[in-house]
Amino acid sequence: MTNSVPEFEDADCILITGSNTTSSHPLIASRVMKAKEKGAKIIVIDPRKNHIASLADIHVKQNLGSDVAWINGLMHIILKEGWQNQTFIDERTEGFEDLKKAVEAYTPEKAEEISGIPKETLREIAELYAKSEKSSIIYCMGITQHITGTDNVKSLANLAMLTGQIGRPSTGVNPLRGQNNVQGSTDMAAIPNKYPGYQDVTNDEIREKFEKAWGGPLSPKVGLTVVEMINAIEEGKLKGLYILGENPMISDPDSTHVEKALDDVEFLVVQDIFLTETAKKADVVLPGASFAEKDGTYTGTDRRVQKIRKAIDPLGEAKPDWEILCLVGKALGGKGFDFQSPREVFDELAELTPIYHGIDYDRIEKEIIHWPCREKDDPGSPYLHKDGFARGKGLFTPIEYKPPAELPDDEYPYQLTTGRLPFHYHTGTMTRVSPSLTHEINEAYIELHPQDAKALGVKHGERVRVSSRRGAIEVKVLVTSGIKQGVAFIPFHFAEAAANRLTNSAALDPIAKIPEYKVCAIKIEKINGREG
Amino acid sequence: MEYQTVRTTCTYCGTGCGVLLEVLDGEVVGTLPQKDHPINEGKLCIKGWSAHEFIYADGRLTKPLVRKGDKLEEASWDEALDFVAKRLLELKKKNGPDSLGCFSSAKCTNEENYLLQKIFRAVIGTNNVDHCARL
Repeated sequence: MTNSVPEFEDADCILITGSNTTSSHPLIASRVMKAKEKGAKIIVIDPRKNHIASLADIHVKQNLGSDVAWINGLMHIILKEGWQNQTFIDERTEGFEDLKKAVEAYTPEKAEEISGIPKETLREIAELYAKSEKSSIIYCMGITQHITGTDNVKSLANLAMLTGQIGRPSTGVNPLRGQNNVQGSTDMAAIPNKYPGYQDVTNDEIREKFEKAWGGPLSPKVGLTVVEMINAIEEGKLKGLYILGENPMISDPDSTHVEKALDDVEFLVVQDIFLTETAKKADVVLPGASFAEKDGTYTGTDRRVQKIRKAIDPLGEAKPDWEILCLVGKALGGKGFDFQSPREVFDELAELTPIYHGIDYDRIEKEIIHWPCREKDDPGSPYLHKDGFARGKGLFTPIEYKPPAELPDDEYPYQLTTGRLPFHYHTGTMTRVSPSLTHEINEAYIELHPQDAKALGVKHGERVRVSSRRGAIEVKVLVTSGIKQGVAFIPFHFAEAAANRLTNSAALDPIAKIPEYKVCAIKIEKINGREG
Repeated sequence: MEYQTVRTTCTYCGTGCGVLLEVLDGEVVGTLPQKDHPINEGKLCIKGWSAHEFIYADGRLTKPLVRKGDKLEEASWDEALDFVAKRLLELKKKNGPDSLGCFSSAKCTNEENYLLQKIFRAVIGTNNVDHCARL
């Protein structure tokens, strides 16, 4: 996030898209509600009328995968009306003329035709967002899990820069991170092209710094992403895989393909707290510890580095994961794994990571610190881009609309989108063993629009078979006018009816390599003989 | 009875709410919101209030397991770690460092993510390191 969570409360306008905020980030939703109480206008653009949409001043359901079109449409209107922040554009950005040229074609009529959002509503949204003193954008996986995920994010950044709604409190472009430490694991370089703190593995000077610190030669070659590693197993190129606390059998697209890869890989190590669907495939399973059984830090969605503290000993012979990794490092003959505590690990990583350099365990004991925090007297950065962007001037990127990879056809006439419920979490390994949460809901379902349910001849509570080109599952029907007609929604938490048996892993964003979870084509059939 | 609360951070989403784990006679029995935490200000969602419930769930792994034929069988830490090191080093020797890779974890700590990528980059010698940020 460019800005910090408490800042939402003081925004004048909040544009939410591709985020089911109340379900997935309830305590951020409560900031949005506070902002509304203080008079902020809330705009939600989402194919489902989720809870936050029902509180919004404006909610529109866009066509799946049409985000670039409506964002370009908003910018077209803003420029036609002269609502852009020309001072910000002149002083802080470059590439404005190219952007202007690119959005020229996205007339309100064209944007409406592609996105399904009425042009009058687009104008209303453009005016509210551009003219409010402090406008903030919130987005989540509904924006990124597309083949145009990177384009969508760049488009939102274009919109924020065009109107100068960035670099000040309560503005910005704010992705909500789904996992407790997805921000931190990315910061710590659990990505194939960077060292900790987003330092390039391909930069000779940077690599030399890490070679010196870690005591040996490092590869200058960018590595593979999760989906590429799965494919590399099938191609016979990847022979051994070590999985720490992840369950790709459920979380990755096209599970049938993932399952085959995990069966085929020569050697699989899984380090987890449960014998997950993934761990069952392993050659070695190492028992890790839950968050209650170890010390360490998580970095929240707004770059806030916070401690977790050990409350009890690990169960049985399980060990804290940091300790297991030190043992593995040493068993492999590695040097530099003699840490006695997570504090010592943090001190090493902070030394090598400029954006964490000023942070230590003593400081975060007493203060809230958001990275970048470069020195011990640096208070940290609740919001980014105050005086400049990382590259100096903010660069506008002209983006053209591209349709989703898989469109409905005669055989697979409906569109599927996936997401989360408030009661469950990701692949359900933690929440589905939690009595209070399974009491709320414990099985998958498919949301269908009343017109679609009627056409299919199915009623609320009946079961249907849902299939795509990749697989099929059976689920119960939930009829709701909250969803766009022609679109169906299935929560992805439930292994026995895994929505990711259906999703399209072949379609990846070319830059972020994110799979297109949010759009694929499906067929829905009533299961006969179940009615009593 | 011995009762204490431990200040920590919720383990579910990325919001980072401050929680107190209630520990009674060495067992975590409840989760409470921190009233002085700047993010959640004394509130929690239903997942947060239940954050302790999975800790003792059936199926928690308490011993290393090593595959023997079709079955995963309990093993000692020494046996499991030796096996991991032996096989990874064999595969590296035979097929090169880029034939190995890891999925790190958005559920684990900064320190743990740092250590796993350090193992793969510095000891194995590959940048095949990723996690489910995209998923």
